[in-house]
Amino acid sequence: MSELTKLKIAEARDALRKGEVTSLELTEACLTAIEGAGALNAFVHKTPEIAREQAAAADARIKSGDAPALCGIPLGIKDLFCTKGVASQAASRILEGFRPEYESTVTSQLFDAGAVMLGKLNMDEFAMGSSNETSTYGDAVNPWRRGNDDTALTPGGSSGGSASAVAADLCLGATGTDTGGSIRQPAAFTGITGIKPTYGRCSRWGIVAFASSLDQAGPMTKDVRDAAIMLQAMCGHDPKDSTSADLAVPDFEVMLTGDIRGKKIGIPKEYHMDGMPAEIDALWAEGRAMLRDAGAEIVDISLPHTKYALPAYYVIAPAEASSNLARYDGVRYGHRAKLSHGDGITEMYEKTRAEGFGEEVKRRVMVGTYVLSAGFYDAYYNRARKVRTLIKRDFENAFDAGIDAILTPATPSAAFGLGEMQDADPVKMYLNDVFTVTVNLAGLPGIAVPTGVDSQGLPLGLQLIGRPWEEGDLLNTAYALEQAAGFVSKPAKWW
Amino acid sequence: MLDLTFETPKPKVIAGAKHDWELVIGMEVHAQVASRSKLFSGASTKFGAEPNSNVAFVDAAMPGMLPVINEYCIEQAVRTGLGLKAAINLTSAFDRKNYFYPDLPQGYQISQLYHPLVGEGEIIVDMEPGIARLVRVERIHVEQDAGKSIHDMDPHMSFVDLNRTGVALMEIVSRPDIRGPEEAAAYIAKLRQILRYLGTCDGNMQNGSMRADVNVSICLPGAYERYQETQDFSHLGTRCEIKNMNSMRFIQAAIEVEARRQIAIVEAGGKVDQETRLYDPDKNETRSMRSKEEAHDYRYFPCPDLLPLEIEQAWVDDIKASLPELPDEKKARFVTDFGLSDYDAGVLTAEVVNADFFEKVAAGAGDGKLAANWVINELFGRLKKEDHSIEDSPVSPEQLAGIIRLIKSDAISGKIAKDLFEIVYTEGGDPEKIVEERGMKQVTDTGAIETAVDEIIAANPAQVEKAQQNPKLAGWFVGQVMKATGGKANPKAVNEIVMSKLGL
Repeated sequence: MSELTKLKIAEARDALRKGEVTSLELTEACLTAIEGAGALNAFVHKTPEIAREQAAAADARIKSGDAPALCGIPLGIKDLFCTKGVASQAASRILEGFRPEYESTVTSQLFDAGAVMLGKLNMDEFAMGSSNETSTYGDAVNPWRRGNDDTALTPGGSSGGSASAVAADLCLGATGTDTGGSIRQPAAFTGITGIKPTYGRCSRWGIVAFASSLDQAGPMTKDVRDAAIMLQAMCGHDPKDSTSADLAVPDFEVMLTGDIRGKKIGIPKEYHMDGMPAEIDALWAEGRAMLRDAGAEIVDISLPHTKYALPAYYVIAPAEASSNLARYDGVRYGHRAKLSHGDGITEMYEKTRAEGFGEEVKRRVMVGTYVLSAGFYDAYYNRARKVRTLIKRDFENAFDAGIDAILTPATPSAAFGLGEMQDADPVKMYLNDVFTVTVNLAGLPGIAVPTGVDSQGLPLGLQLIGRPWEEGDLLNTAYALEQAAGFVSKPAKWW
Repeated sequence: MLDLTFETPKPKVIAGAKHDWELVIGMEVHAQVASRSKLFSGASTKFGAEPNSNVAFVDAAMPGMLPVINEYCIEQAVRTGLGLKAAINLTSAFDRKNYFYPDLPQGYQISQLYHPLVGEGEIIVDMEPGIARLVRVERIHVEQDAGKSIHDMDPHMSFVDLNRTGVALMEIVSRPDIRGPEEAAAYIAKLRQILRYLGTCDGNMQNGSMRADVNVSICLPGAYERYQETQDFSHLGTRCEIKNMNSMRFIQAAIEVEARRQIAIVEAGGKVDQETRLYDPDKNETRSMRSKEEAHDYRYFPCPDLLPLEIEQAWVDDIKASLPELPDEKKARFVTDFGLSDYDAGVLTAEVVNADFFEKVAAGAGDGKLAANWVINELFGRLKKEDHSIEDSPVSPEQLAGIIRLIKSDAISGKIAKDLFEIVYTEGGDPEKIVEERGMKQVTDTGAIETAVDEIIAANPAQVEKAQQNPKLAGWFVGQVMKATGGKANPKAVNEIVMSKLGL
């Protein structure tokens, strides 16, 4: 049975269509794997009844010959997605007991395509974190371990549960969301593929908002082909999200030819960071070589405003978050603090929010409130918006010069130990996003592809950044890189 | 060309202990957009529904819910802007105004601070015939209304009704061009009239469809003129904002009492603090709403859930082409075309339904002046007596025109016409037929009148003598003849015949 969970989406699809396996069998295998993987703390709300029901329906659909690509494929859903009647609490205590009466557009589309929901996945609280350590459910754990010790490692964040579940073969794929790197960094930390599409590709309707101008959903899968298949089902125009783009979605999978001859790949010099581990540098160099060998032209480029991206991101994202999270006030849903006699509305707000939000969320709400406040708005928020425009222009200039995709490291290091950063300056944790936030600020598609392992046997990934709305082309470049890298390692099962 | 020229009224002057003071007033009017659904959701805007029954997920700020602009609300705001002769901004944007309150589920109001939909416009505020104040409108922006907190239903708990949450409002911001309490009330009345003509707001102040924040300051005579020359606010006094007024009477009272409060402070050597105040009609005073420590910092920033709002000039032009005739133009036309007095034209154009009714009567009767008299004096008076509105008038414009035509053709006298009006009002029917069937037609046959006059002269020799000595008494004979003919005789003819028979 456990071999079934190792299937990739494309493989499972083909097996389902051929009748070699049923969705119920696949689903049961996953449910069993999930039961045995408590130590990973990836699934935080399991939905076996829904899964079996959807699997049975999918099997019937497959039998009738009406089977879209995802029909019968068991998936995990990040807790940030509102799923009808199922706990959806963004890994926050403040949404304790919240069961939405609506289904997010992205999950609706997945289920319409026949996908099976196994349950909800762990994450950083409100997607704020890079290690899944801010979750109210406790840390999600990386299935990977260093070769020489059994220190529990982070799967990254914020989509840590999604990354852990896919890497450990608890599900065939998972949804993630990415505001500053929350799909790509955990994908890189766990040796899987994760793509953040162009801002506006996936509807944000029904996804708990962190920073509305940056948030995008995307798939986290075992390889690039699966990412193409799953993204296909997730994206598309949604009139319920005014920022969703009214553009046709091409067939991404068909575009995976592996032929990247003549493509121009940009290597931005500003992504050479001081103090970057030699292994990351080496990996990047290998990536360049692989793409060159595949027929692409490697071009040195400059994205001059890169160094301002992280500070700008950590102004804009908290600013939007401080406003987006104002609704969690204990009035209508979720946690409400017990009040003392004589407490009024102010005390209710203060106590509820003090109890309901974790430290990192509070920090960002306070930073965001500060940068928007009278007298500081121009110095912080407005300046950050200007920086954002410049960063966007940097990329536009590169693409205008004929660059097709940009290759960078995905993360500045391999997965680190849980708790290792606990006493560190929060800014050190923010540095995890140094290669990924630019992509969110510019609204571009970015994909992390596993391309190697470090000296301790931990996976490392590279990031490819594409032109807006050209996910198909980007996926194809990623596919070529994946083929060349031939990354097939799996974590040794210890859980 | 219609004559819209006018003279400017004198500002209101309040005598302080030491000086005379003038008032400077600016208004921010929140007008609820007349639309079936809310600004960013499909929930109904119907007033008076069960609490929390008109609430979409986004109105209740459920996690992950997103606003989508209701195009019709934007159209209504554009129509309003055009009606106030304002510039329409083809690109505008929504911002979030952040503050905590239980009736504001999102924790922010989506509004338009930095780039409003509508720019500068103007309103002519009529004060007396030929005298009006031109008040400049600075901007109109579109925003969400908040819900309602209810504190008096339970001794320990407060309740929240979200039905109004997210309903579209237009905030119509004037320049400080209003110079007295009466002008302020007239400004609201005129604005309300225009909005009702446009059909963009029902103007129902009692239900809160129109509410005003009133900014009041005082200055010494001459200071305002210096402000006008320079547009430099430092020539004016410090203003206080009186929040949330929804009665024209209270607006006037509040301005007066607030101005007097400021005068007392300044004359005593003090300084007016810029602040938000509330008017208490029971005590007829204003009081400070919140202390400085609680002063809100709204942390406005562009709403990231909505792209900038782009509209097309062609769309604006279409709306413009469909604008109805507005009160100023209509009134001027009534004066010119029908020869009405400024006052009568004002009464008839106060509400567009009245004006429409009148125009139908005037057209049917072929006489604007008579039509105006009958609509204003008879019809309005009768409707008011029974608390009817013009929409449910039992007398149609065609019927009233029929009555007037009968008067004009001398078929009935003015007195009979009133009886006829009463019959039509209570029983209905075609006036001409009624007159015919009930024999109400005026007798203009001089032979018949002569016979009646002869009979009365013969029967009253003493009266004849008196009348011949004092011609003023001839009226008695006219009265007798009218009585004898059941009021149907043409009074003019009766008068002539009586005079000639009496030899006067």
